[in-house]
Amino acid sequence: MSDARTLAPPREPSDAPAEAGSRRLTERVFRVRETGIIVVLGLFVLVTAVIQPRFVSSSNIQFILVNTAVYALVALGETMVIITRNVDLSVQSVLALSAYLSAGLFGHVHGIPIPVVFAVGLGIGLAFGAANGLMVSLGRVPSLVVTLATLYIIQGIDILVVGGNEVVASSLPAGFVDIPNVTIFGIPWLAIAVAAVIGAGAYYLRSFRSGRELYAIGSNPDGARLAGVPVARRVFTAFTLCGGIAGVGGVLWAAQYQTINTSAGGTNFSLIVIASVVVGGVAIFGGSGSAVGAAIGALLLGTINVALDVLGISDFWDQAIAGFLLLLAITLDRGISVRLAAALRKRSARDAT
Amino acid sequence: MQPDRDTSLAATVDAPPGWRSRFDSRNMLRWETGLAVVVIAIGILGVSTSSEFLTGNNIFNLGLQSGEIAIMALPMTLIIISGEIDLSVASIMGMSSAELGYLWGKHWPMLVIFLVILLVGVLAGAINGLLITRLGLPSLAVTIGTLGLYRGVANIILGPNTISNFPASYANIGVTGVFNSNVSFSAAVFIVLAVIFGVVLHFTPAGRSIYAMGASPEAAMFAGIRVKRIKTLLYIASGVICSLAGVLLTFRLSTSVNSNGLGLELDVVAVVLLGGVSIFGGKGTIVGVVLGVLAFAGIQNALLLTNFNQEAASIPVGGLLLISVFVPNLATLTGRIRSVIARRGKAAPSAIGTAHD
Repeated sequence: MSDARTLAPPREPSDAPAEAGSRRLTERVFRVRETGIIVVLGLFVLVTAVIQPRFVSSSNIQFILVNTAVYALVALGETMVIITRNVDLSVQSVLALSAYLSAGLFGHVHGIPIPVVFAVGLGIGLAFGAANGLMVSLGRVPSLVVTLATLYIIQGIDILVVGGNEVVASSLPAGFVDIPNVTIFGIPWLAIAVAAVIGAGAYYLRSFRSGRELYAIGSNPDGARLAGVPVARRVFTAFTLCGGIAGVGGVLWAAQYQTINTSAGGTNFSLIVIASVVVGGVAIFGGSGSAVGAAIGALLLGTINVALDVLGISDFWDQAIAGFLLLLAITLDRGISVRLAAALRKRSARDAT
Repeated sequence: MQPDRDTSLAATVDAPPGWRSRFDSRNMLRWETGLAVVVIAIGILGVSTSSEFLTGNNIFNLGLQSGEIAIMALPMTLIIISGEIDLSVASIMGMSSAELGYLWGKHWPMLVIFLVILLVGVLAGAINGLLITRLGLPSLAVTIGTLGLYRGVANIILGPNTISNFPASYANIGVTGVFNSNVSFSAAVFIVLAVIFGVVLHFTPAGRSIYAMGASPEAAMFAGIRVKRIKTLLYIASGVICSLAGVLLTFRLSTSVNSNGLGLELDVVAVVLLGGVSIFGGKGTIVGVVLGVLAFAGIQNALLLTNFNQEAASIPVGGLLLISVFVPNLATLTGRIRSVIARRGKAAPSAIGTAHD
């Protein structure tokens, strides 16, 4: 992508047709980027459904949607961070700690309303996200190192807080554990809510000034700073939101799995989320990609998981296939951006004559 | 490759002198001295809280616990200095462990198994290296992909099985040290490899070119350094050494399961960064990484002996990691905070703001 970006500016502003033409081209490519993954997802579903019609039964689709919800949600936060050319490795520890502390409230405070528990999860996430954001933006130190360190620290806190205890399903109210099961017209309420949040996030990134500025920061941090973008504040916001989303993800995780100990989220949750984001067409160097793409990336990885199950292929294959798909996605993405750069170069050469 | 790298490249070109000083060799030297002090402090803490800390038995355990991580940290050091990263190390380790178990279960002779594992290690590293150098893909994304792929291979070949009937002559490395000393086998391998990697990195032209390509890939290329070839070779070395670590882990635990080494990749990266290696590439020393290994292993071991929850050792490790990235940058940081406060003050005039102007 960087080639394309650096090539775009030299165009003459008065050169209106070329301007529109290359914008159309860029738009087409961006559309291709998401279309590509939608096609892969569609093909995957189609092939699996032909072999095993049970795969597209409503209960199975519900299962996939519910299982993907938390990953897709956290992928939204991670997308915002990655677009600014940063990365947040600590989401898995934030999720685990938030899951334990928020769901634990049901046992400590009798009759606590469920929205309050969500607010607590959100608050925990926002606090850790803000800590990450403060260190990365103000300290201007590499986010990979900072969030690796906070991953360790929060994990350690989680281990100390949880110890050998766990939140058990019997301590959770029925209204809470039913969250993943409630459906509207056969669609899980959870999936609709998560989709709405992702939609809002995608709209923010696409249409708000501050959202666009995240892309500017990721494309060229120094350029963005010179152009007057408040880089530190935007990066701080991205990390804070990412943490908050991971905190809410923790509450949802608790509702879904109900037994919460130190292993909530799993060993490689953060890396799986980053993989979903990258499969969804968000460039790991920042500056391009969309929240919707990242969500579809998460959906694709979740679908693969379930599809293999339905096809009777052992679970043990899904990680290898997911890894292979990720490699395929970044290779294709690279191919697209090289072609885009070549096309733009040709166009600007033609316009110059 | 790290998302932040380009920022740093820009920073080395036109940054305030304070920001650049973070990458100054004098500062890195100071970090290693500081780290040595930390290691000694951990040692004193360990001795003062537990009489067992300096016993031969404990030193053996210390080497045993952290040996494989330490071994994998060596190629990782070179890769990070060259400006890239390898997150697939623990999966290569798991894959090698699974191969060992699977083939041993099929009654293959051990020597042939070792040869197969060596070849798969070369192949795994070569796939990483070629995708990164020849296709120009970001190493962070590629190795997250191969992290899944290689772990997936381990899952596929071993499935849910556990293989543990390894011959005692091999499995003994988890019980006794080299030549019946208190140095565990993996610690001995680490010491030998650390010397080799140290010599290659610090005293050969190839080592110097690794620094050069980490500091500026373009400049290194124009200087005639075969950047792509050397990076590919580094990934292959990483593949082979992580396979070796997988073999050591398998014999130490006398168990081959598909989850062997799961999640260790971040520990390996943490140890290297703790040792003062810059995530942007171009800076770092083997001595620093050895000290980083000692600090990492020492903290865990000391906490284990004091009956503190050993897994919570991640708190001091994470804290040290933060210190490692902030301390060399402290002067610029305080300056920046002050300027932010001053700016705020100017925007909405207040006593504090005007005082700073």
